[in-house]
Amino acid sequence: MFTSKDVLETIAMVEKEHLDIRTITMGISLLSCIRDSAEETAQRVYDLVCKKAENIVKTAEDLSGEYGIPIVNKRVSVTPVSLISAHFPEKAPLIGRALDKSAKTLGIDFLGGYSALVQKATADYERIFIRTIPEVLATTDRLCASVNVGSSKTGINMEAVKMMGEIFKECAELTADKDGIGAAKLVAFCNAVEDNPFMAGAFHGVGEADTVVNVGVSGPGVVKHALEQIPNADLTEVAELIKRTAFKITRAGQLVAKEASKRLNATFGIVDLSLAPTPAMGDSVAQILEEMGIETVGGHGTTCALALLNDAVKKGGVMASSRVGGLSGAFIPVSEDIGMIKAAEKGAITLDKLEAMTCVCSVGLDMIAIPGDTPATTISAILADESAIGMINNKTTAVRIIPAPNKKVGDEVSFGGLLGRAPIMPVHSCDSSKLINRGGNVPAPIHSFKN
Amino acid sequence: MRAVVTVTGKDKKGIIAKVSAFLSEKGANIEDISQTVLGEYFAMIMIVDISAIQEELSTIAKECAELGKQIGMSIYMQHEDIFNAMHSV
Repeated sequence: MFTSKDVLETIAMVEKEHLDIRTITMGISLLSCIRDSAEETAQRVYDLVCKKAENIVKTAEDLSGEYGIPIVNKRVSVTPVSLISAHFPEKAPLIGRALDKSAKTLGIDFLGGYSALVQKATADYERIFIRTIPEVLATTDRLCASVNVGSSKTGINMEAVKMMGEIFKECAELTADKDGIGAAKLVAFCNAVEDNPFMAGAFHGVGEADTVVNVGVSGPGVVKHALEQIPNADLTEVAELIKRTAFKITRAGQLVAKEASKRLNATFGIVDLSLAPTPAMGDSVAQILEEMGIETVGGHGTTCALALLNDAVKKGGVMASSRVGGLSGAFIPVSEDIGMIKAAEKGAITLDKLEAMTCVCSVGLDMIAIPGDTPATTISAILADESAIGMINNKTTAVRIIPAPNKKVGDEVSFGGLLGRAPIMPVHSCDSSKLINRGGNVPAPIHSFKN
Repeated sequence: MRAVVTVTGKDKKGIIAKVSAFLSEKGANIEDISQTVLGEYFAMIMIVDISAIQEELSTIAKECAELGKQIGMSIYMQHEDIFNAMHSV
């Protein structure tokens, strides 16, 4: 039985430390919607998503009211659309727009799954599909897209890497009037996971059940507040405290996930243990690292502190949930984290340091704005580096980068809401085009041959 | 079904009376009550049985928060499961 102290602690976490359930994401299989024509398929997709998820917003609000814990986002992920539209890839945008419409009907903020999985090779229909992404993201509001370009098992598909550099640029250019927001709704992955509840990279894998509920917990503020209570403790104690705090946060997520899946008549999928920041003051992963003893995030020691944080969160979370999955790591999106924004403005954190940080945490170079005149091949090279880290280390890595049109270092982009704002960060000016234009595949590492 | 009602804020007269009157009017049965006053800070935690209540818990929780605003306190009503989940292994 809980004590009065426990009750007051939970309430303080919500009131002062931004404890929340970051997202309830319903994964829906679209495989049953495939028809001969794109028009008919799009109609089926719209009907199915609206029917399956019709109660997601109400259920989340009810649970939030009953447990007294805010549930910030209600979202849907679907089977990668490239598979649904394989028969008519040039008409895939019809399905994208049907999905966007269903998100609006449901009243959810994002729907993910305008995706293609091309980690080994790009099929013809996937090539056509990927080329539709910029136009679709420019003409929809709530749809998110992702492309998996590599994996530890298959190596890296460099044709896809090259193409994605161009696609990021096109996405930003087609939405130049909104600081290139199209690119903020697109992620390129290495080792993408099929049960990720977080946007923009969520999609519903084909190995999943028909309808699934995945939950993403959060609570950087709670972890930071706990650490403030032990300012002089050694790092063993710091790790212990983070573990215990992550346990409590994840238990709240587990409870909500189980109850939500029951009420929504869906399979309980996973709880994602990621620490996800928001632009709100006190809800920052960067500030946890600073609390651990680095003056400004990006300074020497940042990677070590992040490694400790990421591992301790997992250890505490795994014990608290019956099924853990998704990305489960500390997120370091620049524009969505007030500590990161400040460090970037000061020039304390650079793309190179962020890349180093992604070696020890998920998920990658996230929400980073770079100059609009960055060549596509340079963006591809950034993605290639990030994919290599994921491939060699058997972990998920990703790139969500915004080549902000007409902006240069010193300027800022602002997307508002959860997507936040970001100063334009410099990239290396040396040319990487020869490497990218070679094409082919980066072979899978030797340690992938485990059979 | 049991819920936990937490009332916190600056100590003043009649808090318990007002909160328990509201709960009894709704049909909730108070099973346990504990209260501390630290300086001017008041904290009361009640365990209430809400099985007999007709309205949904999320609705009553909203009304509790409203009552809190009226009397200048912060009032939460939450399903007990959240505390059992977070604070026991």
